[in-house]
Amino acid sequence: MSTDDLANELTRRTENAPQELLTRAFFFFCAVLSIVTTVAIIVLLTTEAAKFFSLTASLLGVEGQTVSLVDFFTGTTWQTSTGEYGVLPLVAGTLMVVIGSAIIALPLGVGTAIYLSEYASPRLRSKLKPALEILAGIPTVVYGFFALIYITPALGTVLPDIAFFNMASAAIVVGIMIIPMVASISEDAMSAVPDELREAGYGLGATKFDVSAGVVVPAAASGIFSSFILALSRAIGETMAVTIAAGSQARFLNPIDPTAYLEGAMPMTAAMIQLLTGDITGGGLAYRSLFAIGLTLFAITLLMNVISDLVAARYREEYE
Amino acid sequence: MSNEEPTTEARTSAPDRSSATTSVDAGEETSDRAAEPDRTIVEARNIDVWYDEDQALRDVSMEVPEKKVTAMIGPSGCGKSTFLRCINRMNDLVDAARVEGELLLGSKNVYDADVDPIALRRRVGIVFQKPNPFPKSIYDNVAYGLEIQDVEGGHDAIVERSLERAALWEEVEDRLEESGLELSGGQQQRLCIARAIATDPEVLLMDEPASALDPIATNQIEDLIEDLAEEYTVIIVTHNMQQAARISDKTAVFLTGGELVEFDDTRQVFESPQSQRVEDYITGKFG
Ligand SMILES: Nc1ncnc2c1ncn2[C@@H]1O[C@H](COP(=O)(O)OP(=O)(O)OP(=O)(O)O)[C@@H](O)[C@H]1O
Ligand SMILES: [Mg+2]
Repeated sequence: MSTDDLANELTRRTENAPQELLTRAFFFFCAVLSIVTTVAIIVLLTTEAAKFFSLTASLLGVEGQTVSLVDFFTGTTWQTSTGEYGVLPLVAGTLMVVIGSAIIALPLGVGTAIYLSEYASPRLRSKLKPALEILAGIPTVVYGFFALIYITPALGTVLPDIAFFNMASAAIVVGIMIIPMVASISEDAMSAVPDELREAGYGLGATKFDVSAGVVVPAAASGIFSSFILALSRAIGETMAVTIAAGSQARFLNPIDPTAYLEGAMPMTAAMIQLLTGDITGGGLAYRSLFAIGLTLFAITLLMNVISDLVAARYREEYE
Repeated sequence: MSNEEPTTEARTSAPDRSSATTSVDAGEETSDRAAEPDRTIVEARNIDVWYDEDQALRDVSMEVPEKKVTAMIGPSGCGKSTFLRCINRMNDLVDAARVEGELLLGSKNVYDADVDPIALRRRVGIVFQKPNPFPKSIYDNVAYGLEIQDVEGGHDAIVERSLERAALWEEVEDRLEESGLELSGGQQQRLCIARAIATDPEVLLMDEPASALDPIATNQIEDLIEDLAEEYTVIIVTHNMQQAARISDKTAVFLTGGELVEFDDTRQVFESPQSQRVEDYITGKFG
């Protein structure tokens, strides 16, 4: 090869070849599209919700009925027919789903993850993990009628007072629904714990339980915590199953009273479904309340994601 | 087995015994050995190890003397780590591994059906090639073995003594609550040594404990190993032949195929090896 040829080759600029530029543009377009869509949804949600609240509506100069921020966030009655828009009963309903499903899914999910990552043979694990993913793929509407048809009657045999629509079955079914998520993400976090740490434990005469509970779980804590947040965000946003199982009566129940779970209530998502399926007039107050609930729901899940990121960032280098 | 009293006594009596052995070593070797024969603490009898169909160790027999440093050298893949992991049955954790033969700790074959590998590992400590402190505080790292063995009473004194023995106490006494991961590589390795000796094992296994460290940290570890041999039986795998020559009393040379080709006093092995293959290996490495 002559020196000139070499010089030519070295200055070719492969980076700027047409197909390189084209593919770069395409991927850029994909990235932009998803960001634009997200931003558009947030803007829509915010502007429509702003028309619902007295304060922001007057600032925007929007006509029509409005609800004050205080009434919305502290009101204990949700009854659109009488114009009572207190979101607390809905928030309490959602909270009950979160608490109940957490009680079921967090211990079972972590237990499953520990079994898969520390106890199961590689062969068994390779069968169980896909099975979990199938569980995660069951349509939520199926979970909903499963709750109504099987869980509620089963609970009824022990708790005769239970209502047909009740929070217990909704929370249980959402709990079952999110177990795979907790298990799968926690298992990933535990598998990422270096074997050197396990060997250190076993080398000191630790039992399998000592190593799982005392070494692996603490080292994977941030990943396990992330799985909780993600799964509970899913529980908060879960709609179909809770709408079917919990009913559509917006009662203001006390989430920390176990007997309250025997009654039906309406979580935020179920209320939104009710608004959408009822005859709401476009631009009316009920229509706008949909966005107010939506924004509140979004704010809650956003907050949870932020917390999750902060925790992940804080505890990331657990074993590095 | 892990009751504290007898081991504490053994510990206090150790210095006299070790000073005796040190002076013996200073003398002319063969005659003194006859005067005070070494007690064997670990004895391998015809050990074969397979990983599935591949044989990693072939008919290995050797007697490891108590409270001495025994080095194991040999080319990569010749089975040194495998042999080390036979002694505390860490091989049990590898599904593919199969061990045949007898391995005696004291007078008990550790592969007997009634031996609990967990109890065994509490008597045979191990330090790995790469420092692997737990993501816990320095204190908790050292106390871990005591915790899992439910050692009664406060652990403070044992933690302090172990860190002192591992020549790390002065560097960490003011920061015991900091994470073990914040230490330098050499400090981490000494922390792992402190962790391994906190429960006062009979035997300390070390698999290339200094190979991930710089020369200064390596020196510190080597000095430490020589000190530890006053109280513990140390079995160390090393790739560094000068290191083996410097710190060990006995040397075992494994060669490719998993054979133990030579096992003798370190000076004997390095100065006049019996086997031509061992001589080639040693001189080849020295250039
Ligand atoms: N977990 C395992 N599964 C299958 N084969 C293994 C396993 N561990 C070791 N081996 C094989 O056994 C043989 C001996 O390995 P070993 O790790 O004991 O060698 P070594 O002498 O310690 O080598 P090095 O000096 O590189 O650490 C090698 O051929 C290796 O490939
Ligand atoms: Mg090795």
